[in-house]
Amino acid sequence: MATEILSGKVHVQTTINGEQVDFLAEPRESLLEVLRDHLGLTGAKEGCNNGNCGACNVVMDGALVNSCCVLSVEAAGASIETIEGVASPEGLHPLQQSFLENAALQCGVCTPGFIVAAKALLEENPNPTEYEVRWWLAGNLCRCTGYDKIVRAVLDAAERMRAEA
Amino acid sequence: MRAIQYAAPSTVEDAVAILAEHGSDARMLAGGTDLIVQVREDARDTGVFVDAKKIPELMELSVNADGSTTLGAAVPCHQLYNDAHFTATYPAVTDAARIIGSTGIQGRASVGGNLCNSGPAGDTIPPLIVHSAVCNIAGPDGERTVAVEDFCTAPGRNVLADGELLVSLTLPKPPAGSGSHYLRFIPRNEMDIAVVGAGAWLQLDGETITAARTGLGAVAPTPLFVQAAGDALVGMTADEDAFAVAADIARDAASPIDDMRGTIAHRKQLSYVLTQRALRGAKARAQGGSPTNGH
Repeated sequence: MATEILSGKVHVQTTINGEQVDFLAEPRESLLEVLRDHLGLTGAKEGCNNGNCGACNVVMDGALVNSCCVLSVEAAGASIETIEGVASPEGLHPLQQSFLENAALQCGVCTPGFIVAAKALLEENPNPTEYEVRWWLAGNLCRCTGYDKIVRAVLDAAERMRAEA
Repeated sequence: MRAIQYAAPSTVEDAVAILAEHGSDARMLAGGTDLIVQVREDARDTGVFVDAKKIPELMELSVNADGSTTLGAAVPCHQLYNDAHFTATYPAVTDAARIIGSTGIQGRASVGGNLCNSGPAGDTIPPLIVHSAVCNIAGPDGERTVAVEDFCTAPGRNVLADGELLVSLTLPKPPAGSGSHYLRFIPRNEMDIAVVGAGAWLQLDGETITAARTGLGAVAPTPLFVQAAGDALVGMTADEDAFAVAADIARDAASPIDDMRGTIAHRKQLSYVLTQRALRGAKARAQGGSPTNGH
């Protein structure tokens, strides 16, 4: 059977933060545009819109990705985790708490991307060195903090999460 | 972004049919970290995106009966460096996979995509060259193979004709006593495009070099296989004198341009220094150690 070539509005079924989600989008729209403009999930931010800044980071099928560099239609059948799924009904994620306590944000535009990326790091490596934190987060740009407080917040959260584990 | 069409075929045959029907208006989509950005920024005019990631052959990462490895063209970088066998067997390739863009880029970007983008500075290309990788291409007239060093033809251009796609790469099993390394120079620690990149592969018998290959990126219109450098090393003792001979040949082989990333003189010198360091790293790995000069 020949493959269908999709254009115009396409019906996409995906999973976002554990819930099945349906949306209509054109193939030219990015996953970031769908999250923000169609689904009201405005936590992921549009910074550079070309894969350099990490403000739009989400986890897609277990891999950290820049959602500005994913087509809407590629979300079909995927499992996507966004910043909106990081906190639980019981309270903030240890990373979020640590960012607050360590003053790791100023304007806050980069913060959702940093937290999504840092969460992915700590799930893979619960005890990273400072170098490993800086290397993993190199694709998340912050124009306010100078990074030091962010790195300290991630190391602090890692320590708390290890203590709780 | 301009309006586009999108297809996600599940077989190579379907992909070839779509590519053949739409000609130069169609392009394969792997991680999209080049293609989506290029089309959004009007640097490339592609109307039909053909998703590679539903085709099993393009997502394959497997070891064949003869010990060679098949690397599907759309396998993302993060999968490679999280694969212990691949990393141990083709370390120069994972050296590159770890330094392309950021973690978020590596979650999607593929080695095959890097090759098909055919940028002179594509970090995975010199490592593929030194590992003697071969491109498995499918098209309307059937299948063919092309050595990686013959794949790129000019900046952004390669041997793929309309209707053809890169299905996978075959990487031969490296012989015992061999090792490889890739590194690049950038003016910061990460998230940049190579001013120069160099890869090397060595096979040793004791301290004697029995086979060697080196490659360079960002010093010519295409990534370079510097065959003469590897050939000159055969029979020599793997020491600094030998590496200096190969590095001299690499510097002579480089024909870089001046641009915003570096000057001709700087790139020529880097071709020497990085070839030397890549060879040191390859030797260390051939002897069971690790490179000491970072990435």
